[in-house]
Amino acid sequence: MLLTDGGEPLGAAAPAARWTVEQVLALAPDDASRKAGNKLGASASWSDTGLDGTGAVWGLCKGSGSKPYRTVVDTTGPAYRCSCPSRKFPCKHALGLLLLRAADGTAVPAGSPPDWAEEWLAGRRDRAEAKARPAAGGDGPADPVAARKRAERRAERIGGGARELEQRLTDLLRGGLASVEQAGYGLWEETAARMVDAQAPGLAGRVRELGSVAASGPGWPVRLLEECALLHLLDTAWLGLDRLPQPLAATVRTRVGLPAPAEGPPVRDRWLVLAQYDTPEGKIVTRRIWLYGGESGRTALLLSFGAAGRSPGHALPVGVTIDAELTPHPGSGRLRAELGERFGVPEPAGTPPPGVPVGEAITAYGRALGDDPWLESWPVTLRDVIPVPGVDGWQLVDAQGREALPVTAAALSRPALWKLVAVSGGGPLTVFGECGHRGFDPLAAWPAVAPRAGLAGVETVPLI
Amino acid sequence: MSRTTSPTTPASASASASGDLADAVAATSWEDLVTSALLGTDRRPPGGASGAGPDGAASALLDAAALHTVRRRAGLLPAAASPRPAPAPDDPRPPLPEAARGRLAQLLADRAAAGGSGGRRGTAPDLTELIPQWLATANLHGYRAPDSALPALLDAARARTDLRPQALEFAGPRGLWLAGLNPEWKFALRGASGSGLLPSLTDPEAVRRLWEEGLFAERVALLGAVRARDAEAARALLATTWRTERAEDRLMFVDSLRTGLSCADEEFLEQALADRSRNVRATAAELLSALPGSALARRMADRALSCVSPGLTGDKPFVAVEAPHECDAEMQRDGVVALPPSGRGERSWWLGQLVEASPLSVWPARFGGRGAEEIVAMPVADGWGEELHAAWCRAAVRQNDEAWARALLGPPSTPPSNGPGTASLAERAKLLAVLPPAERAGWVADFVAAHGLSEAFQLLGVCPVPWAEPLGRSVVDALDIARDAGSYPWSFSGVMGLAERCLTPAEATRLEVLTTTPAEPADASPGANGYWSEAFQRLVSTLRLRATMDSELSPPPEDG
Repeated sequence: MLLTDGGEPLGAAAPAARWTVEQVLALAPDDASRKAGNKLGASASWSDTGLDGTGAVWGLCKGSGSKPYRTVVDTTGPAYRCSCPSRKFPCKHALGLLLLRAADGTAVPAGSPPDWAEEWLAGRRDRAEAKARPAAGGDGPADPVAARKRAERRAERIGGGARELEQRLTDLLRGGLASVEQAGYGLWEETAARMVDAQAPGLAGRVRELGSVAASGPGWPVRLLEECALLHLLDTAWLGLDRLPQPLAATVRTRVGLPAPAEGPPVRDRWLVLAQYDTPEGKIVTRRIWLYGGESGRTALLLSFGAAGRSPGHALPVGVTIDAELTPHPGSGRLRAELGERFGVPEPAGTPPPGVPVGEAITAYGRALGDDPWLESWPVTLRDVIPVPGVDGWQLVDAQGREALPVTAAALSRPALWKLVAVSGGGPLTVFGECGHRGFDPLAAWPAVAPRAGLAGVETVPLI
Repeated sequence: MSRTTSPTTPASASASASGDLADAVAATSWEDLVTSALLGTDRRPPGGASGAGPDGAASALLDAAALHTVRRRAGLLPAAASPRPAPAPDDPRPPLPEAARGRLAQLLADRAAAGGSGGRRGTAPDLTELIPQWLATANLHGYRAPDSALPALLDAARARTDLRPQALEFAGPRGLWLAGLNPEWKFALRGASGSGLLPSLTDPEAVRRLWEEGLFAERVALLGAVRARDAEAARALLATTWRTERAEDRLMFVDSLRTGLSCADEEFLEQALADRSRNVRATAAELLSALPGSALARRMADRALSCVSPGLTGDKPFVAVEAPHECDAEMQRDGVVALPPSGRGERSWWLGQLVEASPLSVWPARFGGRGAEEIVAMPVADGWGEELHAAWCRAAVRQNDEAWARALLGPPSTPPSNGPGTASLAERAKLLAVLPPAERAGWVADFVAAHGLSEAFQLLGVCPVPWAEPLGRSVVDALDIARDAGSYPWSFSGVMGLAERCLTPAEATRLEVLTTTPAEPADASPGANGYWSEAFQRLVSTLRLRATMDSELSPPPEDG
């Protein structure tokens, strides 16, 4: 048995979590591979499949060629390896293998990995150990003086960008927003490009957003003024950064687009994966994964990015619980975190966050604005709410029928939202989502009923 | 969410401008700020701050707007609650076993996934094709659909009408409840049996109220339910409002009498023959003609008997036909459509309708006590044979007459073009459906054995699933022969697809031998053998999967 660097056998006692079909399908990079993987998950194409207590699953899949593909998945990652030429990640074989296991408890027997799988698995473990060991030369950069100079130069360039942006904003307000409607995107694109030159991607992103606000339908002047004002607030905050208290200064740095490394002691907890979703932003895809730690009571956000055509790095099945360390980033309420060391294998279910009433959810967002006025929304779990679909929009109404949160317009276009109503059946349930000034965006729900036999916790119903 | 004006201290204070100007602008109302922003601070300075220089005013406006924005966002209040939907009715059925739950998710996901390999190639089973069977088996065991799967189920039922009855039964009362909330799923309310929505049938007051006030779907369901329990009460209920119903509703109500049709319905149907709506009249006539003892059937028989008679000349018996010369008002009242479709002669059109609507029992007496088989075998004079036999076929289907259906089908070994009744495979499939299931399968098995698969597709479609042993063997043998003959498997893709769904899973082992790729005969189409082997592999893996799906759906053994 191979040991982790902590000397603890990898999941020797705990049975490896068996993911549900939904969880596996959620890992697929696109619909085509979902469908292709689905076919393989039900077919007799597989041979020599097996799994062991460390969360590894392997098998041979007959393809069109003479040699079968060798597929191995480390479900603790999850990480995949397949000898097929596909550039999709995970490929249809990896998905098929996991589906085979998900749909039929007996299809993949326990065993020890064959050489070709073991080689890769061992390599992964070695790398994980190397990463966990403290670096020999310490964490700091090679030349702290040069690094500080670089940081100062960049801060100056950003300052220049912020001043220029300020000038453009005041010019705009002097002339009036009414002139913008005709100006179109060009105006903003050019300004955004200037902000990219000034190495302030955060400012550039917000400027680009302004372009879409002017075309966003009735009420656009109000929204445009709000966004211009918040952008102005960010400019002036950056220019007066040294007068701000430490946490707010960190938030401003993050908002402007300066990477702030994760710092501080890592938080080890049993984290329930609440939601995972991708948002295309220009040429990259941003993946957000929300986690909730049952012991610390913390909610955390993992961000990862994928360039065009590639899946973002992390993929965690919604509804499983992982025992892991997270290190928070400074700023913005310290929600964003980096996933650190993981212990054992994921467990199939977990206990949802306790949840708050509707009123407290809104208050939580309002309070969070105190730390980060640029926050669009704040993660909250609502307790005992009833989804009410309506022609003019949806609401989440508290069980007494008094107070309600409107569901954001953006969420209404998602077909999966109907699962929320289906699971509620007109009764109260627990819902996790992002609560902001546009309303509530539901991302996961837990039915009010007792957990199903054989599962440790309540099943998480993903809504996205 | 409603906005509040209650002041909150925003964190933005750290970045605000200072001085009197800022204070003045900060005190300005949000509406004023928006107006100034729209028109421009040069034209309309906010809060009367004209003296502070052009950039100063704009900057102060942005400061104030930021303050307002954050304050407004931080001070949001809950909205007033809309009325909540009534809770979904209980569904007492047991939940799906775990493995079957996973399988359902997989089946529905495959349906939803766009693109991918569209054609019937490869060795993997086509999951979409297996949904109907999965649903049927799940319903057979009486399972309740998982709540979170209901939207996908309703979407599937919306896209595929063939899935509807099974999917809606599986979705159950909660599915119907959910469909009531989403206009895209309206179809479910229309098509549903609606049993979850009905009042107790022993409560006449509740029944009457729903009949008078209910939605159309509820009323159709109610009528069906009452009729199943007490046909007389159902007719009485219908009679109370009959005159005020809209034509399309009357049509649906008349059509609902098709289930459990009996002589007791005759009087009502006779009245409906005088209905204002042509469609209602036609449906009533059709139903009456399916009641061999009805007055309408007798009237039609009288007309038909005057047209079709035993031949009187020559020494061999034959059938003489004298088609009607006119379609009078009485005939039209009895549902005969006067105007033929383009391309058909009106006399033969009328003849067909008369014979179709006449009880088949009148013909043996007309032809000297001959049975159906002998009558069908008699030659028909003047080229009327095709018309007459086609009408008898329709009558046999309508009257569900096994003897006539058997006679009109003839022996399965006879080539379809020479068959006694009809060469049309669609008509033959309908005739087959009248025969008892085992006989049906046996007939088609012999047909396939005699004529191969190229014409068997429609006939296979009416055979009970899973296919009985002789039929399954017949189809597999025919596929094997087709392979040996060197054609490509996609010429038989329809039958192959049927076989995947309809062969009994027990055949998988026997079929295994066909998945190998034997040496290619010299005259075969290039590569055909490889494709055949692939097709048989898919057949075998589909059968195996169906066996697994069935076992996943069988209830777990009771714990002691």
